[in-house]
Amino acid sequence: MGVGIEVATLNAWYGTNHTLQDINLHIPPNHVTALIGPSGCGKSTFVRCLNRLHETNPIARVTGVVRIGDLDIYKDAKPVEIRRRVGMVFQRPNPFPTMSIYDNVAAGLKLNGYHNRRSLDEIVERSLKDSALWGEVKDDLKKKSGASLSGGQQQRLCIARALAVDPEVLLMDEPASALDPVSTSKIEDLIFQLKSQYTIVIVTHNMQQAARVAEKTGFFLNGRMVEFDSTHKIFTNPSDKRTEDYITGRFG
Amino acid sequence: MVNDKVPEIHTAQAEPRVEPLATDGQPSAPEKAPENAPEISPVRRFLMGRGNSAFADSVFHWLMVLCALCIFGIVALIVWQLVVASQPSWHKFGFKFFYQAFVDPDTHQPMFWDPVNERFSALPFIYGTLVSSLLALLMAVPLAVGVAIFLTEMCPRVLRGPLAFMTELLAAIPSIIYGMWAVFVLVPVLREHVNPLLIHSLGWTGLFSDDNPTGLGFLAAGVILAVMILPIISSLTREVMTAVPHSQREAVLALGATRWEMIRMGVLRNARIGIVGGIMLGLGRALGETMAVTMVIGNTPEIHRSLLSNGSSMAAVIANEFAEAVSNMHLSALIEIGLALFIVTIIVNALAQLLVWAVTRGTPSQVH
Amino acid sequence: MSRDEFKIRYNMRVLTDHTITALAILATLIVIAPLLLIFGQVIYKGASSLNLAFFIRSPKPVGEMGGGMANAILGSGIMLGVASAIGVPIGIGGGIFLAEFGRGTKFANAIRFTADVLNGVPSIVMGLAIYSLIVIPQHHFSALSGGVALGIMMIPTVCRTTEEMLLMVPHAVREAALGLGVPNWRSVLSITVKTASPGIITGCMLAFARVAGETAPLIFTALGNQFWSASLDQPIAALPLQIYVYALSPYDDWHRLAWAGSLVLIVLIVLAVSLVRFVTSRGVLKGAS
Repeated sequence: MGVGIEVATLNAWYGTNHTLQDINLHIPPNHVTALIGPSGCGKSTFVRCLNRLHETNPIARVTGVVRIGDLDIYKDAKPVEIRRRVGMVFQRPNPFPTMSIYDNVAAGLKLNGYHNRRSLDEIVERSLKDSALWGEVKDDLKKKSGASLSGGQQQRLCIARALAVDPEVLLMDEPASALDPVSTSKIEDLIFQLKSQYTIVIVTHNMQQAARVAEKTGFFLNGRMVEFDSTHKIFTNPSDKRTEDYITGRFG
Repeated sequence: MVNDKVPEIHTAQAEPRVEPLATDGQPSAPEKAPENAPEISPVRRFLMGRGNSAFADSVFHWLMVLCALCIFGIVALIVWQLVVASQPSWHKFGFKFFYQAFVDPDTHQPMFWDPVNERFSALPFIYGTLVSSLLALLMAVPLAVGVAIFLTEMCPRVLRGPLAFMTELLAAIPSIIYGMWAVFVLVPVLREHVNPLLIHSLGWTGLFSDDNPTGLGFLAAGVILAVMILPIISSLTREVMTAVPHSQREAVLALGATRWEMIRMGVLRNARIGIVGGIMLGLGRALGETMAVTMVIGNTPEIHRSLLSNGSSMAAVIANEFAEAVSNMHLSALIEIGLALFIVTIIVNALAQLLVWAVTRGTPSQVH
Repeated sequence: MSRDEFKIRYNMRVLTDHTITALAILATLIVIAPLLLIFGQVIYKGASSLNLAFFIRSPKPVGEMGGGMANAILGSGIMLGVASAIGVPIGIGGGIFLAEFGRGTKFANAIRFTADVLNGVPSIVMGLAIYSLIVIPQHHFSALSGGVALGIMMIPTVCRTTEEMLLMVPHAVREAALGLGVPNWRSVLSITVKTASPGIITGCMLAFARVAGETAPLIFTALGNQFWSASLDQPIAALPLQIYVYALSPYDDWHRLAWAGSLVLIVLIVLAVSLVRFVTSRGVLKGAS
């Protein structure tokens, strides 16, 4: 079950670079929300503020309020606790190279001290099924290393790894941009199926992808959020001229 | 800008929802099959119960800091122990320890190191260290730079790996084995063939006299030191040469230069600071080298102009006499020499590292 | 300049170029020669003296044939054990600090610089410091002091190679661990260090091989021992130390043993260097994206 996210007056900096300016937005639970915008507009920084990964960079700074569910993630909790509840899938698949497929999926649990063998087996199986990878790897779970899979499979492995800890929110930072079209469409189908269980925020520079999978879309430009509305409206009848220019390919 | 999947999404959300807020997990779209009460799965419950490990992280952090501080600790330890233990000698001789000369009452010759009467001067050892090290540099630098040039600019790619490996091996051979080889192979060769030749042809310079027929001495030490410091200078030179960007080489070639001219103007000129650093690192190693030197330098605390005469070096005298030194003053004098050696090598190495670092912009770890 | 002048100058330049090439090749040959000569000598002289007795017997009194260096091998082993117990954990810890906690800070830069400089300090100085620290208060030479001297020599080397190996772990792997909410200490140890472990281990091996051949610091800490001893509290023999004593002795039989010992030492070192090359050339991080 997913939760909604409320963001209020969020500002973020990298050193002196004011990357995000006064972002306000509500991300509805159990929906897929896409964030689009040209390169460098701050959408990746935005999602990284949602799981407090942005602040791991020594010159990064964040102000503002981010509430996930009813939890103010900057005031009421520590980063480690937040990241257990908010899963993330990165642009380039990054399975742990020294671990088997099984250990990769179970990593989030095992490294947090969860050692119930039978329960882990179930969780790994369920996560791999949820990420549509089970059929391809079920015979090699402990034999093959995570890095020996193809790009698309690795990304689905990373999705399974994120799902295994049963997050409430799933953040995806351009998850298919490094993949071939077949893998991309598999992942998009996956997102579609997952949204009933999780709140998904997906960053993409591919507008067609946003149109395909997301119910709501936000358009970022130069660190500001220009427009946030249902996907259909954004792509057929945007309120802001800048959105329209971007959609029609005038820039970006 | 519209595509075919939009209708699908359109049906999926019958009424566009603009949820004002986040309440925990209450599903809002009508066709979703809700699990009503937000059942927190056992996994989620487990993870929420784990603390934020601030304590463990803190302990871990400080443990690692402690380990890193050991590096400073080692330097502090060495300085502290050596300064304390060399106090008696420092107290007695002061700065003169490094340049005074006594007179042997029997032979009326200058005398520097007299454990019996507890008169100590470090001069012959400083002299021996300098002479052997400079000799080594003189022989090693042209060879090392030559090898580096060959390996980086001229060598066929196939040979590069094995040859580089061989120079690495040279660097890894322990000092004692160099010493063994020097004693049993190098010294006899010097004694039988090389020294007579040198005396015969270059004796007029005063640098090669024939009072010492053993083959040991400064020259032997210089040669074996040269072999030992070659790999360091060579590998560092290679490193700074390969760090020179190709565009520099191409620019010179485009002007119609021959290969050597390209190397000289395009590569060596840019790399020369680093090469100097490499030479200094080699010098640092030569200054402190102990075992091989003590086995072939003759261990005689005297100063002679001839390169073929016996002598000693700072490291060699410590190795040679320490275990048998009886009097406190003797030990203290030896330790004071050790302290001086430490300070000198630290300075030389620090300068060398700065030069190398300035050129390669990153600090490659040198495993000597 | 006229065409003839140009031609002459050009030919001179080409001649210079060829001369330099010849000199460079000559230099390479001159450099490789000692390597081959040394190896050849050690193998030739050492192989003939290497027999079972070498490995299992202690030295016989002067004049008697058939002794071995078993006590020296044991002694080296014991002291290297002590040295590794000190050098490896502290060195790896220092490396972890430099790579994971201190990156870019002035403090870390100072540590790194000091470690590099320490690597160039003569080993005899380390021996002197430990003599003063341990041997004097204890009033006797000991295997422990020798092991400690070797151990502190390992620390800077292990620290730097660990740091380099850790820096090679791609940032993406660390981010993946962070993103899962794994505590930092767990992430560093179980993921980053584990990923870099082949490289870290070979770095330790390299440091190990280097101190295994060190003689100078042992001369007045471990002192050496003609007899069998396995105690940490007594003077103890060591392979390089024994080689040194035998090489300088006037006895042929002991010379032969010294060559045999040299062969053992060189084989150990060549193995370590080759292994390091093998691991680092194949790519330390297999499969890391």
